[in-house]
Amino acid sequence: MRIKEHPILSFDVDEMINFTYNGKALQGLKGDTIASALHANGIKKLSESIHLKRPRGFYCAIGNCASCNMVVDGVPNIRTCITPLKEGMVVENQVGKGRVYGT
Amino acid sequence: MEHKEVVIIGAGPAGLKAAKSLLDAGAHVTIIDRNKKLGGQLTKQTHKFFGSEKQFASFRGIDILELLVQDLGRYAERLNILNETSVVGLYKDKVLSCVKHDRYFKIKAKRIIMATGASEKHLPFENNDLPGIYAAGAVQTLMNEYGVKPGHKVLMVGSGNIGLIVSYQLMQAGVQVVALVEAASSISGYLVHASKIKRLGVDILTRTTIKKALGTDQVEKVVIWDVDDTWQGIKRTERTLHVDTVCISVGLAPLTELLMQVGAEVTYVRELGGNVPIINPYYETTVKGVYACGDALGIEEASSAMVEGALTGMFVAEDLGYTLEESTQKIKALKSELTFLRSGPHAEKIRTGYMKVGVKT
Repeated sequence: MRIKEHPILSFDVDEMINFTYNGKALQGLKGDTIASALHANGIKKLSESIHLKRPRGFYCAIGNCASCNMVVDGVPNIRTCITPLKEGMVVENQVGKGRVYGT
Repeated sequence: MEHKEVVIIGAGPAGLKAAKSLLDAGAHVTIIDRNKKLGGQLTKQTHKFFGSEKQFASFRGIDILELLVQDLGRYAERLNILNETSVVGLYKDKVLSCVKHDRYFKIKAKRIIMATGASEKHLPFENNDLPGIYAAGAVQTLMNEYGVKPGHKVLMVGSGNIGLIVSYQLMQAGVQVVALVEAASSISGYLVHASKIKRLGVDILTRTTIKKALGTDQVEKVVIWDVDDTWQGIKRTERTLHVDTVCISVGLAPLTELLMQVGAEVTYVRELGGNVPIINPYYETTVKGVYACGDALGIEEASSAMVEGALTGMFVAEDLGYTLEESTQKIKALKSELTFLRSGPHAEKIRTGYMKVGVKT
């Protein structure tokens, strides 16, 4: 799903970033957000709707709509479309509203 | 609590230009943006701009961004940039609550400029929440900023400039655009953009819209159908298309939530995209010391956002007591620039919208 050739832009990044998604080891590239790295790995479903548990992907990709909220390193409601991917991140699908620290 | 002179929320074309005016005048500026990179939506705009020469016509958005950021470089000691920071609260005493990563903090500002821009609208249809159904601008971000394709086969919904431009950019990235549907009877964006994608063999289907999407965990198929003069779908005109991505390009809405939270008066103006703040001739909202510019005031182009940003920055600087060289001439020139950008037949909607809120165009 990565763009290989482009008439205007070049995407010649080769620095890999390792992370896990629901326990599975995956790789993204330097410069990725969590959502772009998942999408590049063919993963479009990022969360579930709170009541009907319908699958959710991203919608706005600029941190506005909350459709891409996931649990990242144990913290829920992370907007994965604007959160840069970091080495060793633990990314999980969020179920329900998520639990905040200490609750 | 940190005290700042001017806080600008949003580092897009309007915010960066407002910062430039203020820094030129001698003010201290803090720019807050939730994204890592400055530039707002310019970061993904690989197409060349129209508009006016003074506002970088024929430059690509990504190159304009470089120039705007370069412009701020020499003021590093008076410029504070808070990226990856979201403003989550705005109060009448001009206190902002902010979140950066896991840190929560407050800033008190003498003046605030809301250059928050806009968000893309969605469209109601069956299964419109399936993964694979994305805002067109979101797909532009995914491709042009991160180098990732949204899928292999796309249906584009909406023939405004964003729909037309993103269709072309999808093809530049090697993605197939199966069709572009438009419920109205004619193409709403510039014909030059439409011609480009037509030449590449994309069917632009007017008086046609999406009826429903089908799929389990993501889009696998869509059903489109014809619409009549009252915008209702016509039975027995349904066709199924095999696509894995649907791009929704049905307009934008100004981001005015923080303005509503702070108690600024807003009003719904269809032509401007939604709820917009009431402003005085100096771009000040009904909350003293809180200003707004760019798409937050009404949906236009980046060119006019830059001019409004530059003007707002100058007005705020004057309000703070800075004296600007040749300010009268500069303000006059910027205002006539704005009038020029809003003069064509494509800007009629914008002119009507601003007339409703008493803004001179």
